[in-house]
Amino acid sequence: MTTTGFIIATIIKILVVLGLFSALAGFGTYLERKVLAFMQRRLGPMHVGPYGVLQVLADGIKLFTKEDIIPQNAVKPIFMIAPIIGAATAFIALAAVPILPEFEIFGVKVHPIIADINVGVLFVLGVMASGLFAPLLAGMASSNKWGLLGAARTAIQLLSYEVVTGLSILAPLMLVGSLSLIDINNYQSGGFTDWIVWSQPVAFVLFLIAGFAETNRTPFDLLEHEAEIVSGYATEYSGMRWGMFFIGEYANMITLGFLASLIFLGGFNDWGFIPGGLAIVLKVSFLFFFFLWTRAAWPHVRPDQLMWLCWKVLMPIAVLNVVVTGIVLMM
Amino acid sequence: MSLEQFKDRNVVQNYVHIPVDKPPQKPMDKFKQVVRRTFKGELFVGLWVVFREMIKRDFHTVKYPLEKLPISPRYRAVHKLYRLLESGNNRCIGCGLCEKICIANCIRLETRYDEKQRKEVTEYSINLGRCIFCGYCAEVCPELAIVHGQRYENASEQRAHFVLKDDMLTPLDFLKEGKQEEFPGFGAVSPNADERIKKTPTAY
Repeated sequence: MTTTGFIIATIIKILVVLGLFSALAGFGTYLERKVLAFMQRRLGPMHVGPYGVLQVLADGIKLFTKEDIIPQNAVKPIFMIAPIIGAATAFIALAAVPILPEFEIFGVKVHPIIADINVGVLFVLGVMASGLFAPLLAGMASSNKWGLLGAARTAIQLLSYEVVTGLSILAPLMLVGSLSLIDINNYQSGGFTDWIVWSQPVAFVLFLIAGFAETNRTPFDLLEHEAEIVSGYATEYSGMRWGMFFIGEYANMITLGFLASLIFLGGFNDWGFIPGGLAIVLKVSFLFFFFLWTRAAWPHVRPDQLMWLCWKVLMPIAVLNVVVTGIVLMM
Repeated sequence: MSLEQFKDRNVVQNYVHIPVDKPPQKPMDKFKQVVRRTFKGELFVGLWVVFREMIKRDFHTVKYPLEKLPISPRYRAVHKLYRLLESGNNRCIGCGLCEKICIANCIRLETRYDEKQRKEVTEYSINLGRCIFCGYCAEVCPELAIVHGQRYENASEQRAHFVLKDDMLTPLDFLKEGKQEEFPGFGAVSPNADERIKKTPTAY
């Protein structure tokens, strides 16, 4: 492929990913409200469009036309840039994620990944972690006590789960011997029994738990838990700046769904009679549903419980898992 | 919920006593509790409960302005003034008991003698902005002329709308169609009043 063709193809892919995933993130809010409503025996949004499907549009109009308030004592540039960090890192992380298997369109072979770098996992996790700068900076810049508490909680949450994420993913990476998500996916190409979740169930559970903390979802939604700190880091935000945090959060949930499916659940390999493209969409949808499901079912933990869990329980288990995997690999 | 269920006051209270264990004191017992709770899978019980409710699709949402819950016939909302069934005259005889008993001082009526020396009510107003809907006026009325209705949505643009007699008085055409239903609530004779009367000792 020529350089020009490569550049054009990449730009098209970027636009498709950006458009598709921001739309999916918006639709995710609808799904969340609907699923939560059903689980709590309510109806959820019903009035805008059939079964409230167009509620996202109404919310979008509202967010776009709302006044963009910047508090008097806020650190203005940081306050303004923080939500952009949140949304941007969520989408940048998607750059190294292979979304679908290779396919052919108009006679052109398409690799549905923007940048196939050989340290894909590291890149995705690193960018997602740097996305935590958004709540940190937002909370500290907004000159609000709740915001400051939210920012402080961001820091402890980041310090707690990031260790677990790294260590839990280390064991599968030792099995595969590569950091590229495509290599990890190809390692599991032998079918259902080849999925890494069967050889590394502990790592899978740990990665999911850390993923919940990474995306600020219940049971670890300490950053903006309404019952305790109003809205945490987002207390002073309004309009589209507030919306960007949430587009980022939902995009992160989808990214994490892709990561978990690719690393542990067989990725986009064919699954029995289900073609690979559909298989990964199903897996990501289930994981997204699982995020909403736990939100309806589980209470959230206190910050000290989160630290206790991550440092005293999950990290030792993760280290043990790595050691045992290493011993088994050596033998 | 049907109206019959709603009116049934003989509710059987099926309270279930949930046994609560004493918290463990010894370190070994505490450890055992942690292990038991860890492997009991309570988290999955929670997941199953919400999932069951989701697939059951048994919603309890009432889309309020479109559908309303039934209210008790004894509900005390905006008052109604009733007419005599045959003549269509206002039932009110202008005795002034309601005005007298009203603890919120919101009823006001003016009367005069007409040419046949019968008392006639010229003005009757209830300031609904001040009324506390206690139901004393309906209870005290000897003619069942003022009763409580079921209309509980009384938002309006002007305060003057809260005193309109014409809104409360049964319209004449409504009366002719036989739609004026007797009020079963406060102050009225209950439908099974005859059955409830106990015979005095002299009857047997």
